Amino acid sequence: MNVLHFVNAFFSDSAHWHGYDGIPARLLEHVQYTLLALGLAAAVGLPAGLLTGHTGRGGNAVAFVATAARALPSFGLLVLIAVAVGIGLLPVMIPLVVLAVPPILVTTYEAVRSVDPSPVDAARGLGMHERGILFRVELPVALPLILSGLRSAAIQVVSTATIAAYVSLGGLGRYIIDGLYQRDFEKVVGGATLVALMALVTLAVFWAAGRLAVSPGVRRR
Amino acid sequence: MDSVTKRYPDGTVAVDRLSLEIPDRSITVLVGPSGCGKTTTLRMINRMVEPSEGTILLDGEDLQQQPVTTLRRSMGYVIQNAGLFQHRTILDNIATVPRMIGWGKQKSRERAAELMARVGLDASLAKRYPYQLSGGQQQRVGVARALAADPPVLLMDEPFSAVDPVVRKGLQDELLRIQDELGKTIVFVTHDIDEAIKLGTMVAVMRTGGRLAQFAPPAELLSAPADDFVEDFLGADRGIRRLSFFSSAALETTTGPVVRADATAEQLAAADGAPHLLVTDADDRPLGWAEPGDLAAGDLAGARLLSHGRPFVPGADSLRAALDCAVLSPTGWAVAVDGEGRVTGVVSQQTIGEAIRSAHGAAGPAETRAEEPADGTKVAP
Ligand SMILES: Nc1ncnc2c1ncn2[C@@H]1O[C@H](COP(=O)(O)OP(=O)(O)O)[C@@H](O)[C@H]1O
Ligand SMILES: [Mg+2]
Repeated sequence: MNVLHFVNAFFSDSAHWHGYDGIPARLLEHVQYTLLALGLAAAVGLPAGLLTGHTGRGGNAVAFVATAARALPSFGLLVLIAVAVGIGLLPVMIPLVVLAVPPILVTTYEAVRSVDPSPVDAARGLGMHERGILFRVELPVALPLILSGLRSAAIQVVSTATIAAYVSLGGLGRYIIDGLYQRDFEKVVGGATLVALMALVTLAVFWAAGRLAVSPGVRRR
Repeated sequence: MDSVTKRYPDGTVAVDRLSLEIPDRSITVLVGPSGCGKTTTLRMINRMVEPSEGTILLDGEDLQQQPVTTLRRSMGYVIQNAGLFQHRTILDNIATVPRMIGWGKQKSRERAAELMARVGLDASLAKRYPYQLSGGQQQRVGVARALAADPPVLLMDEPFSAVDPVVRKGLQDELLRIQDELGKTIVFVTHDIDEAIKLGTMVAVMRTGGRLAQFAPPAELLSAPADDFVEDFLGADRGIRRLSFFSSAALETTTGPVVRADATAEQLAAADGAPHLLVTDADDRPLGWAEPGDLAAGDLAGARLLSHGRPFVPGADSLRAALDCAVLSPTGWAVAVDGEGRVTGVVSQQTIGEAIRSAHGAAGPAETRAEEPADGTKVAP
């Protein structure tokens, strides 16, 4: 009995492809948690990173927020908040967002800071407004780095979203937790494989986004 | 600029009570050693830096009167490393300001294409990105971008400092040509005195501490430096360089030692007495110098010829160019040609020396006034 056998057994069992506990349903749930958490984290991290990066002010605050947030254990936070507010989506989203904000915030800040100052100077000298400078001069050049921050955040959220199952929610974590509880290793391995596959898909999505959104002049090819 | 001072927050006085009247429609060069406040002065004109004291007037109106972006859009801005937007194509880089002030996409691009031609960029580069261009080409794009919305004023901060000397000379010539066509009010910053003398209608020499040392047309700078600092800054060969401002038109050339390759014995005899003879072909183009004794009538081109060196064009070239030809010539004589390269005569170092003396005499002890606008008589150095 090896891992491959479990994988094979899990995916070939037609019962795993239907119903509320079927692979499509769990996958969809997992994607939803991930997108929601990532969207919330980006809504916080991107504007804050762009603004601090552009003005050069608040660098220390960014570093502090990042370090503090990284020090918080996701699972501990989940349990703590579940105890405080009860079971539901909120105790899942908070640790996921806390997990995803630092890579987005810090890389965005760094990305904008590291843009070559001379085009920025030229744009300003030609009479471009500050908002135009940020969005039309700095952002397009900083984009590859910003995307890489979003990508690490996304990968971490994809793997960590399994904790949703601890508070009775769905997602791929269901297979892992239920499998462990039921001593059904086929399910555990199947769930873990799906999480890994989703991480790979995430990488592919970001690669494609980079190809589409980043100018060839910045990619240099 | 009226008694303008800039003190940075750290206490550095970058510009100290600078008063300067920058003439319209000509090139004013700010020159001086590194750190003397040239960039600060330039950036106060488009309010990238605000003066601590003093006022700057543009056509009699205080710069503070209009919104800063409106002001900047009326002034082109070119910086040392071009500062191109690497995510935009060359065409879109140039179209930046027209797009910003609300021209349509189509119109902006047409205008950008027009400017590419004006600054000497091939149309095939339009769709490229900045990283695919050489430094010199990038700098041309920077100039085109600054000119795109046809601003009356152009501010340039060491725009050609980062390119090699050959490319730099090309860019300088191009700038002079564009200026002939467009007649902008250009303020040009450089630390290179030769560039200042070549480009400037007026040159402001600044000294460390942000003070004005002298403000004068280049010829006057060379003939009458205001003090030791300016003289030092001009360098040791300012006498020679000053010759760039004297025309070679008045040089008396002689056709005595010039013979055609198919000259007859009589013609050769007529030229006798000259230490060297310049042999030309049937179209009067120079072939080279020969010793009279080496020549046999009929086919002079077969004789052993010394190189005739680079010729000069009287009138179009300066006395400096003529002297240079004579110094480089193996015989000490410079060859004068017309626009088509046909020999019009030769001139000795001695004759050139006399012309130099009389030119200096005519220019007089150059206590000429700095307010005097430079005339357009500058000839190619
Ligand atoms: N933002 C700034 N803050 C403090 N000092 C500055 C600043 N910019 C320039 N300086 C100082 O002001 C002086 C003039 O600088 P600058 O105008 O750049 O000179 P230049 O262009 O002639 O080399 C220098 O001593 C420089 O160190
Ligand atoms: Mg400078």
